[in-house]
Amino acid sequence: MPTNEELLLLDLWVSPFSTRVKIALAEKGLSYKTQEEDVLGGKSDLLLKSNPLYAKVPVLLHNGKPVVESTNIVYYIDETWPSPQLLPACSYGKSTARFWADFIDKKVFDAGRNIWQSKGEELEAAKNEFIDILKKLEGAMGDKDYFGGDKFGFVDVILIGLTTWFYAYEKYGGFKIEKECPKFAAWVNRCKERDSVAKNYIDPERTHEFVGLLRKMHGVE
Amino acid sequence: MASCVQLLGASASPFVNRVQMALNLKSVEYEFIEENPNDRSERLLKANPVIKKIPVLIHDGKPICESLIIVEYIDDAWNNGPSILPSDPHDRALARFWAAYIDDKWFPLYKKLREASTEEGRKEILDSIFEGLVLLEAAFVKCSKGKPFFGGDNVGYLDIALGCYMGWMKATEILIGVKWLDEINNPGLAEWAERFYSHSAIKDVMPETSKLVEIYKMYQARRNQLLVDNPQDGFCCFLACMF
Repeated sequence: MPTNEELLLLDLWVSPFSTRVKIALAEKGLSYKTQEEDVLGGKSDLLLKSNPLYAKVPVLLHNGKPVVESTNIVYYIDETWPSPQLLPACSYGKSTARFWADFIDKKVFDAGRNIWQSKGEELEAAKNEFIDILKKLEGAMGDKDYFGGDKFGFVDVILIGLTTWFYAYEKYGGFKIEKECPKFAAWVNRCKERDSVAKNYIDPERTHEFVGLLRKMHGVE
Repeated sequence: MASCVQLLGASASPFVNRVQMALNLKSVEYEFIEENPNDRSERLLKANPVIKKIPVLIHDGKPICESLIIVEYIDDAWNNGPSILPSDPHDRALARFWAAYIDDKWFPLYKKLREASTEEGRKEILDSIFEGLVLLEAAFVKCSKGKPFFGGDNVGYLDIALGCYMGWMKATEILIGVKWLDEINNPGLAEWAERFYSHSAIKDVMPETSKLVEIYKMYQARRNQLLVDNPQDGFCCFLACMF
């Protein structure tokens, strides 16, 4: 990367969406600075100015210009620094990757939230819905090693960061992904062997603790 | 060898219209296969087993789903003519951001408007819709950079993302007597809408406003039954949300 490029990531340590961006940056061998945002306490002026509509992290500032929404940021990173390419080369492969990235964004985190925010019968329904989503994703992967095929690619980047919260969902939902969706579990472990993922993967025990705090804040416990 | 392009859709669906606009911009010939939103065909369920919705573009036998993803596919697959997505990655990120805002935050307000049970609630949502239009006016100024469209000199991704709703917005102006865009509050967008509507790739895509009003009234009569029968159907929910 040329020395006049400046990358600053407005970050929250526990955010699976920030993790997603960090993995993408690492895949491209990009160096960047981070600024930790206290999203529960007080957001910085820079965050409020960079993302005035949502005031959310992550935000990537490239030479001072902000890009917001984590999936958008990953697209931006892939388009600005094309090597190694995360999206497939062919148009159809790209559209399939975009479809699954969109599916993941619409379904996974919300389904996880439904687990940790609920109890009793609602919890059981939330757990079943979550497992169903993972099974659909297993179907998308087929018998390949990654969503990208033989290579770790765009959809893998989009999804793997979210799995840092799955241990918390397992604990509160009373299930194990290894048992319900073994292919999915194997994919997670395969991804965690990559440097970009291993270096940025948040300790699941810490996210579990954080989700516990969220539950208290939401009056679930 | 000429490629085979089919579009599974319903002509009054703004999501389907997006795809038609993109195909027209690239001068792609295609076969339009009308799907009944109330009765999903085997063909649709096979082409889109995960989401089960129109539109689906089938190109040489391969299905592509989700309207904005299809628009990007069309831009990638046919590189004749001007690009639909901006070329600069930062401008692309901005276009995708606003398209997501329109689909996920702003247009769903119309459904909330329909569901509002009190006059106060209704006014609050109307205010939110107009606040959204203020944001979109600013987005237009920023993205267009003084040129006629969000995409600059040519109709682009964000023009299509917002413009597809214009037909139905004109219909609701007639149905509920609210004017969404005017020269005083949204001068940029008001002029843009007229330009967009009369563009050669766009003008024959959306049904006439009077036809949309007629379709709406017809579905309104069956609205509750539709929601019971097809709660997942985006287009039916879309129609059901239009008052």
